[in-house]
Amino acid sequence: MDWESSLPLLLFLSSFAPGLVIFFLEEEAHTTRTVLNLFGALLKLALLAIMVPGLLERKVYETRLPLLPEIDLVLRADSLSVLFIVLSASLWLVTTIYAIGYLEYSPNRSRFFGFFSLCVSSTMGIALAGNPLTFLIFYEMLTICTYPLVVHRGTPQAMHGGRVYLAYTLSGGVVLLIGVIGLYVLAGPVEFVDGGALDAIGAQSPEALRWLYPFFIVGFGVKAALVPLHGWLPRAMVAPAPVSALLHAVAVVKAGAFGIVRVIYDLYGINLAHALGLIDPLLIAAAITIVVGSLFALNQDDLKKRLAYSTVSQVSYIILGAATFGLFGAIGGLLHLVHQGVMKITLFFCAGNFAETLGIHKVSEMDGVGRRMPLTMAAFTIAALGMIGVPPTAGFISKWFLGVGSLQAQNDWVLGVLLTSSLLNAAYFLPILYRGWFKSQQGEWPEEHIYGRMETHWMLLFPPAVTGAFVLLLGLLANLPLGLLRWVEFLILLEYRL
Amino acid sequence: MIFETAFWLPIGIMAPLLAALCTFLAPQRMSPLVTMIGAGITFVAVGFLSASLVRNGPARHTVGGWGAPLGIDLAVDGLAALMLMLTAVVGAAVALYAYGYFNFSGHGEETKRRYASFWPLWLFLWSALNALFLSRDVFNLYVTLELVSFAAVALTALAGKPDVLRAAMRYLLVSLVGSLFYLMGVAYLYGEFGVLDIDQLKKTVTATPSLAAAAALMTVGLMMKTALFPLHFWLPPAHANAIAPVSALLSALVVKGSFYILLRAWLEIFYPLSHTGAPYLLTGLGGAAILWGSLQAIRQVRLKLLIAYSTVAQIGYLFLLTPLLFVKEQSPIALSGIVCFILAHAGAKAAAFLSAGAIQLVTGDDRISSLRGLMQMQPLAVVAFGAAGVSLAALPPSGGFIAKWFMLHAALAHGDRLVAAIIVVGGLLAAIYVMRVVAPLFRQPDDAVLHRLTLAPKTMTLTALGLAVLALLLSFAGIPVMEMLSIGAVGILGIE
Repeated sequence: MDWESSLPLLLFLSSFAPGLVIFFLEEEAHTTRTVLNLFGALLKLALLAIMVPGLLERKVYETRLPLLPEIDLVLRADSLSVLFIVLSASLWLVTTIYAIGYLEYSPNRSRFFGFFSLCVSSTMGIALAGNPLTFLIFYEMLTICTYPLVVHRGTPQAMHGGRVYLAYTLSGGVVLLIGVIGLYVLAGPVEFVDGGALDAIGAQSPEALRWLYPFFIVGFGVKAALVPLHGWLPRAMVAPAPVSALLHAVAVVKAGAFGIVRVIYDLYGINLAHALGLIDPLLIAAAITIVVGSLFALNQDDLKKRLAYSTVSQVSYIILGAATFGLFGAIGGLLHLVHQGVMKITLFFCAGNFAETLGIHKVSEMDGVGRRMPLTMAAFTIAALGMIGVPPTAGFISKWFLGVGSLQAQNDWVLGVLLTSSLLNAAYFLPILYRGWFKSQQGEWPEEHIYGRMETHWMLLFPPAVTGAFVLLLGLLANLPLGLLRWVEFLILLEYRL
Repeated sequence: MIFETAFWLPIGIMAPLLAALCTFLAPQRMSPLVTMIGAGITFVAVGFLSASLVRNGPARHTVGGWGAPLGIDLAVDGLAALMLMLTAVVGAAVALYAYGYFNFSGHGEETKRRYASFWPLWLFLWSALNALFLSRDVFNLYVTLELVSFAAVALTALAGKPDVLRAAMRYLLVSLVGSLFYLMGVAYLYGEFGVLDIDQLKKTVTATPSLAAAAALMTVGLMMKTALFPLHFWLPPAHANAIAPVSALLSALVVKGSFYILLRAWLEIFYPLSHTGAPYLLTGLGGAAILWGSLQAIRQVRLKLLIAYSTVAQIGYLFLLTPLLFVKEQSPIALSGIVCFILAHAGAKAAAFLSAGAIQLVTGDDRISSLRGLMQMQPLAVVAFGAAGVSLAALPPSGGFIAKWFMLHAALAHGDRLVAAIIVVGGLLAAIYVMRVVAPLFRQPDDAVLHRLTLAPKTMTLTALGLAVLALLLSFAGIPVMEMLSIGAVGILGIE
């Protein structure tokens, strides 16, 4: 194995190996643990930086390990996986900083950071998976490694949340397993290919492919929180804030959405999926999820729960884009894969800061919080406006493309869905902003901690400030050469074989 | 010489046997040392045996120069070598664990004296298992089967409590009846075909009523010993009440011994009966075992009973694919699935029993409700149990997953949707019973209880963890196992 073909494996190991070491560290080894965590995160970004120039020249980096007769364990960095990796690796770095600030002085740190690293490693595996079996292996590994994080606090609510989480995701995993193995039995060893890998089978036995499709969608839909498979997500909110950030923006929910994108683009291929009539039902499911998720979010007083239902709704924008036949919709969906991650992680960081600094968990307790924590509230505001889709934030760009795309695909009703959803987003985010900025504080904060002259610990403040700035930058500089939009356009042209 | 397969064949059997005798001769405190030396030699012998098998192909050794049909023949092929290696690895790990277990400060003097007989019994069991894997003669197999059973029953009784004596007695009776059935089957075979050597039988068998009678008797006898539903009733009390290292040996290796004979018998002697309903009957019983065993495991309140019922369930998988062993396209995949399953289950189940034993020493009882918050006290043992659970529930990445992948592939390619459904549901049920144990471990601990607990020695937790990690690493066993099985062409490929 030469140096270049080992790069994808190194990308996986850069968080896996530190994770294993961290498990064996003493609780008191703060410095070693922090160094290991940051070393892994930075090494991962460095490896990416090495690969990006090659990827621009359409080089493919691939690691193959023999696993089963004719089926290898394939880790391959192609243009789609790099999109997901760049997102996860960068957000992981900020989340690690945040988690150190949030948890480094509470119990069971080695366990927490160990599983935290394993989660990110699994996400790398999912992003790099070059065939359905590899994808399945890391997808299940992610389920297993996230459980200890969800139940981290060990309280009865946490245990309940963890139980529900596993019940949903393991069942989803089984459904996916049936789909994957059915595919291998039908089509032999298949790998993900830009533009789709099943054309020959599609011509031969379209019925079988139609049969297998729901297994993939349901299997991934559980993690992507497609209504009615979303029940675990709000209950998993009992986890500490960095875990919520990980679940919603970096790893779990994203893995589900990414899986659906992979199946449509690189397994079936958008043209075949369209020809078999498979994308329209998905479009309807995504549209329902978008509206229903937002409706649920309206009534939540618990801030994190409101954000959780907002995720249910927002992740389906990605699926909506993938299920829209046409370039603009597809671009909008993939853009939202990144944009939603950056926006949602900002919101969760801020929610964590409110809880950690002032003891605020409910929307109704947020009156006047903008004066006490102006930077956090500013980041929250930018991200919330992004969720609504206000220009010039990142959220506006993806919604714009989705809107144009649905008109282009002659799905005019989808535009109505998008507008309704934006209205609903405004209806549940604007009251928070209003309370935070314009209402005055009512009595004492529930549980206030003072961190010197700053509004909160710097490790808690820095991450949302950075990601909040990115929400703006991704919107303002969208059209830059080498920017995200260019990359996504390049990718979609490959997927549509244009 | 060191790459001559025949040279190592008898050493694999004699080394543990001689070491067992030495433990009687040497002073009692030397027993662990003698055992370790014997284990080391056996380990090396098995290693060289397998290496030379890969180099030179299958081999046969006639003990004392007396060949078949009268003498004792030893032979090794890929399947036998895999079983020998499994026994060596799991056995050595359990021995290390046992050393830590017996030296745990909590035991009284009298108990420690009783536990000293573990060493010779374990070596004796190892020798008998190796002889079983290497025998090529249905009567010699009967003898090895009896030796294995006696050693296993004696090991079970080692715990010394009234419960376990009752369980061991029942185990002994079932074993004797099973052996008797088996022996009657052997008599039918000898009466009809006049030979006992498997390779000679393979060439002469035809589908006669006597063959059917032999198949029925031997299968029932071996089913009893393997504890296939509904003949599993003796297993949970025996496996749950024995001391932890013994439970691990019983669940990981001993039941696999009788299954090994059953597998070989069907592949090499009873294959003319493959078109009858018998293989489907075994599939049905296997499916029932998976469902019944898993549901019972979910209901248990005692940790080791839960693990023991899990064994009842997992044994079902070994039988689920019996008909596919005789379908040409599916046979290699099905067989690889079964063998991978044997390996993964042995590693995972041994790890589960060993970590349960470590936890039990700490808490003083084995109720699941006492597990609360132990993650903080015994993280290694808990992680070992969790990792073993991943393999038992056949979640990737683990050997259990690879085994089930083979099984599902064979079943679906043959169109057996019901079998595939049972495999999938069985995995989910396993996840449920594993989580019944794992979830309380993560709960907030009750500080008052935790502070008066003593920790289990590292030798125990680390060996449990090692076996669990092995079960996970078996993810990559698929191709090596298939290649090993092609040596000597076990299965229908060898018949044609």
